[in-house]
Amino acid sequence: MKPFTYERARTPADAAASVARNPNAKFIAGGTNLLDLMKLQIEAPVHLVDVNGLALDKIEPTTDGGLRIGALVRNTDLAADDRVRRDYGVLSRALLAGASGQLRNKATTAGNLLQRTRCAYFYDTDQPCNKRQPGSGCGALQGISRQHAVVGSSSACIATHPSDMAIAMRVLDANVETVKPDGHTRVIPIADFHRLPGDTPQIETALERDELITAVTLPRPAGGTQVYRKVRDRASYAFALISVAAIVQRDGSGKVAVGGVAHKPWRVEAADAALPQGAKAAAARLLAGAQPTPHNAFKLPLVERTLGAVLIQAKA
Amino acid sequence: MDSDMETEKITCDLAMSRRDLLKVGAASVATATASAGSMGQTAVPPPAGTVPSAKVSFEVNGQAHALDVDTRTTLLDALREHLHLTGTKKGCDHGQCGACTVIVDGRRINSCLTLAVMHEGATVTTVEGLGAPGRLHPMQAAFVKHDGYQCGYCTPGQICSAVGVLDEVRRGIPSHVSADLTARPLLSAEELRERMSGNICRCGAYSNIVDAITEVAGSRT
Repeated sequence: MKPFTYERARTPADAAASVARNPNAKFIAGGTNLLDLMKLQIEAPVHLVDVNGLALDKIEPTTDGGLRIGALVRNTDLAADDRVRRDYGVLSRALLAGASGQLRNKATTAGNLLQRTRCAYFYDTDQPCNKRQPGSGCGALQGISRQHAVVGSSSACIATHPSDMAIAMRVLDANVETVKPDGHTRVIPIADFHRLPGDTPQIETALERDELITAVTLPRPAGGTQVYRKVRDRASYAFALISVAAIVQRDGSGKVAVGGVAHKPWRVEAADAALPQGAKAAAARLLAGAQPTPHNAFKLPLVERTLGAVLIQAKA
Repeated sequence: MDSDMETEKITCDLAMSRRDLLKVGAASVATATASAGSMGQTAVPPPAGTVPSAKVSFEVNGQAHALDVDTRTTLLDALREHLHLTGTKKGCDHGQCGACTVIVDGRRINSCLTLAVMHEGATVTTVEGLGAPGRLHPMQAAFVKHDGYQCGYCTPGQICSAVGVLDEVRRGIPSHVSADLTARPLLSAEELRERMSGNICRCGAYSNIVDAITEVAGSRT
C-alpha cells in the first residue's frame, strides 16, 4: 500500500467535504474491496475518510411502504432482516449468494454497489487496462475472456460488474440517495447509477467524486415469487458466470435482471414484457445485439437456460 | 509470511508528496507529524520521508491496547507484529483464504481486509482468546478430537470462523443453501459447508472440520 492519512468523518456532508478538499481522497466503509486494491496499488488514495461512524446503519420503512437501507448496513444484516426476507426475497438470496460469511459481515450496502470489476486484466498491473489506466488498451479483448461481458461492452472494455446484490437492486427498481459537501441531496434510480463502459470505462457510476451514498431505498414490495439463481464455477464463494434475478407474478408477468453479462446490472424492458412468452423470448430480448468473444459465447445459451429454470422454479 | 511493512516504509516516496507539500505550507507540516486519526481533523498530506500514523485503542482477548501505528497497518498485522499474537495467520492477505479470521465485536471478519485504525473501541477475540492448553474452547477441543487439520496453518481461522458460524445460526441468519428464507436455519452438514466456504484448507481436512463443528453445535442445542 502507498502511504495515506486517515480521518474519521463526523457527518455525511463533512465526509463529502473532506473528499472534495483532497483530490486523491477516498471514502472507506467495509474496506473489503478498496483495501484489496490498495495492497495491489490499483487504488492509491493519499487520504482515507472513514465513514463507519456515520449513523447510516439502519433499515427503516419509508412513507410509501418501501424500505430505506442505510449505506452502512452490512450485507449480513440486510440479508437477514425479517422484512427483506419476507418482502424482498430476491435481495436476501442475491446477498447470500455473494462472497463469504466473513466478507458479508463487513461489506456494506453502498460499498457493494461500488465494487470494482474482477477482470484479471484490471487486477494485473503489468497488463493494459483502460479502466485502471485510461488509454492503455484492453488486455481482455484478445486475452482470456471467459468471465467477461457479452452485452453493452465497447472496444475499450469488456469487464463485468461483479455484484450479486446490485442485480437484485436492479430488478427491485431501487433508488440510490446521496449527499454532496454542501449538503445537497439527490436520488439516482439504480437504472442510471451504473454506466456502460463506452470510451470511458474508468467512470463506472453516475456519482460525482465527492458525492457520498447515504441510503438505498426500495419501493413497496412487488409481491410475486422472487428468485435469484447464480451459475458459477464452484458451489460457493465464487463470482457469477451469469446470474438471473426475477420477480414473477401469478399471471406470468414479471421483471428480470441479469448479472455477469455486462458492465452494469443488465435489464431490458422488452424482455420484461416478453416474460409471459417464456425464457427463449425474454432471453432473446435481453441479449439482443450481444457481442460475445469465442471464450464467453456460452453465456448466451446459459442465460436462456438459467432463466428457463428460474421460471419453472417461480411457477412451482 | 512476515509483514512487508518494512519494505513499504522504504518505498514510500509519496506520489503526492512534494507538490502537495508546497501547497499546504509550513504550518501544516507541523500538524502532519502528529497522528492523523483524531475526530474530524483536517487532512494534511504528510511531508516527504515520514509515514502517516494514527492512534487507536481496542481490546484484544480481554486486554486493553493503545497503539500508534502506520495507517496502512491491517488489523492482522497489528495483532501479529505489534501485539505478537501470532495465532492469527496471514495466508493470502487478500480476503480469499480465511486464515486471518478473528471475531470483532461478536462477528467473524477477515482481519487482513480491515485497517487497525478503523477499530477504535472494538473488542477483538483471536484464537488465543478463545482458549489455551488446559482450558480449550469446545471448538478447539473438537478440532483436536476430530483431527480437523493436517498442517494446522488454516486452523486458527477455521476455529474462529466456526465459532462465528454457530453464533450466526443461533441468531437465525439464513445462508445460500437455506431452503426457506423465513424459517430458522438447520445445522446440517450442507449448511456448515456453505457457511465455512470462506475458509480454505489446502490439506483438505474439510470432512473432519464439519464433524468437529457438528459435535459442538449438537452439544449446544
